[in-house]
Amino acid sequence: MASKIDEQQVKHVASLAKLQFDDDQLGKFTTQLESIIDLFETIDKVDTTGVKPMTSATDQVNAMREDIAVNSNQREALLNNAPDTEEGYIKVPAIIDESGDGE
Amino acid sequence: MNFETTIGLEVHVELKTNSKIFSPSPVQFGSEPNANTNVIDWGYPGVLPSTNKGVVEDGIKAALALHAEIEQNPHFDRKNYFYPDNPKAYQISQSETPLAHDGWIEIEVDGEKKKIGIAEMHIEEDAGKNTHSPNGFSFVDLNRQGTPLIEIVSKPDITSPDEAYAYLEALRQRIQFTGVSDVKMEEGSMRVDVNISIRPIGSDKYGTKTELKNLNSFNYVRKGLAFEEQRQQRVLMSGGTIGQETRRYDEASGQTILMRVKEGSDDYRYFPEPDLPVLEISDDWINEIKADMPEMPSNRRDRYVNELGLKEYDAMVLTQTKEMSDFFEAAVAKGADAKMTANYLMGDVNAYLNDNQVDLQDTKLTPENLAGMVKLIDDGTISTKMAKKVFKAITNGEEPASYVKEHGLVQLSDPAQLQPIIDEVLANNEQSIEDFKNGKDRAVGYLVGQIMKQTHGQANPQVVNQLLMKSLKAL
Repeated sequence: MASKIDEQQVKHVASLAKLQFDDDQLGKFTTQLESIIDLFETIDKVDTTGVKPMTSATDQVNAMREDIAVNSNQREALLNNAPDTEEGYIKVPAIIDESGDGE
Repeated sequence: MNFETTIGLEVHVELKTNSKIFSPSPVQFGSEPNANTNVIDWGYPGVLPSTNKGVVEDGIKAALALHAEIEQNPHFDRKNYFYPDNPKAYQISQSETPLAHDGWIEIEVDGEKKKIGIAEMHIEEDAGKNTHSPNGFSFVDLNRQGTPLIEIVSKPDITSPDEAYAYLEALRQRIQFTGVSDVKMEEGSMRVDVNISIRPIGSDKYGTKTELKNLNSFNYVRKGLAFEEQRQQRVLMSGGTIGQETRRYDEASGQTILMRVKEGSDDYRYFPEPDLPVLEISDDWINEIKADMPEMPSNRRDRYVNELGLKEYDAMVLTQTKEMSDFFEAAVAKGADAKMTANYLMGDVNAYLNDNQVDLQDTKLTPENLAGMVKLIDDGTISTKMAKKVFKAITNGEEPASYVKEHGLVQLSDPAQLQPIIDEVLANNEQSIEDFKNGKDRAVGYLVGQIMKQTHGQANPQVVNQLLMKSLKAL
């Protein structure tokens, strides 16, 4: 049976998730992911003709909030909880925009 | 070989709502960093987003302004990527079911009208803001995180940098008239990403496109595209190939510079956002919003030309911003002559705004006072020369009629008052009368000057001319 996912693909997905695996892990996770894909293929056999794709776990519709601003006034608490801050900003290691998006 | 150009534009517009799209934090500029944030904006574990009804409403408004079809059962999707300004590591956006699709707007280039299609328009959240420091750190402000955005994607109908410019201008105007955004590039409430490709005329396949970044004004968009169009032609003509790359526009040199080569397509692993309930947008809701839609600039232009007798060009200038157009209409509603009001707005008012680098709504000018001044000119109370002083006064918020009275700026138009002065001047200038009789027209100018001098410049020049000629001929 052709493998459903190879180590190259696992590496790619890992890099998108900012994860690094050593060779042992790579082999192990590839096998595990394959069995997960197997499971989904089994689920895929269920006949869903006429069933609308589900996008939300709730059956609520149009549960919307009115456009009213509420300030949490939790700035200090939130900043205290950040690993590092400076002058009210969250301080992080400089990261070059790899996504090319940065919107 | 001749080429044809295909340009695609992705425009992000920030909506002017009170609160963020998925959290109740305020949408506000100029606050202390991270002051307008809560646990949702920071992406804390266990928090749940909630959809702001105002954003959906504004989105529908914008979609209607773009003649787009509304998706009545839209949902949100997660776009996954890691970056410090994106604390959840995903952006809630729309991919499968954008709020609207298949719209169009009309543009005009060199007198030619053309419809440009809108492929889709969706709503999403903005990211926070990163500031990079030179010493290896970045500083993150999450105030902007969650600010509502609409993204408008054009169809591949734009075929020149000039059309791209006209499209942006038309888009900006229409969105601005709906009132959902300030749409100002200089303030970041409108952002433009562009892509461009060229292909030999007649080819049925698009060429490889490059993306351009750092286009901070409509003008730079036009210039950047024009440079890139030429560059791609040079590469292809010399036997090269265009790479799938992102290029940065350099304002100083007017060139585009390679930033990075893209391999494959972006891999954002979109999937439906499970934390937000789906939306059902009823016909009733759409119709309600439709009934409430402000008049679009193109309709106003037609009305200005057909009903108020303005020139096409003048109508175009007046409808560039909603503020100007509203101001004009309010002044005309106060009884001011439309053409004269238009002239003052395009001339003195625009010059004043430019000189002081302010927006109309931030000045002390009011439609009432401009209308008051125009009416004083129209009925001959003041001359256009006196109006210069009055204009200065109304920019300081003064009421024109009382200013004119206080400063004695009333034009003398009453023949009963002017005739004695004319008679006196004539009696004192026999030589000029002699000259006039000998056909020297210059003498009239001299006499008018004398009369103006006697009246301290307040005499109505037209009335003076009429009376003087009558008197001279009767002599």
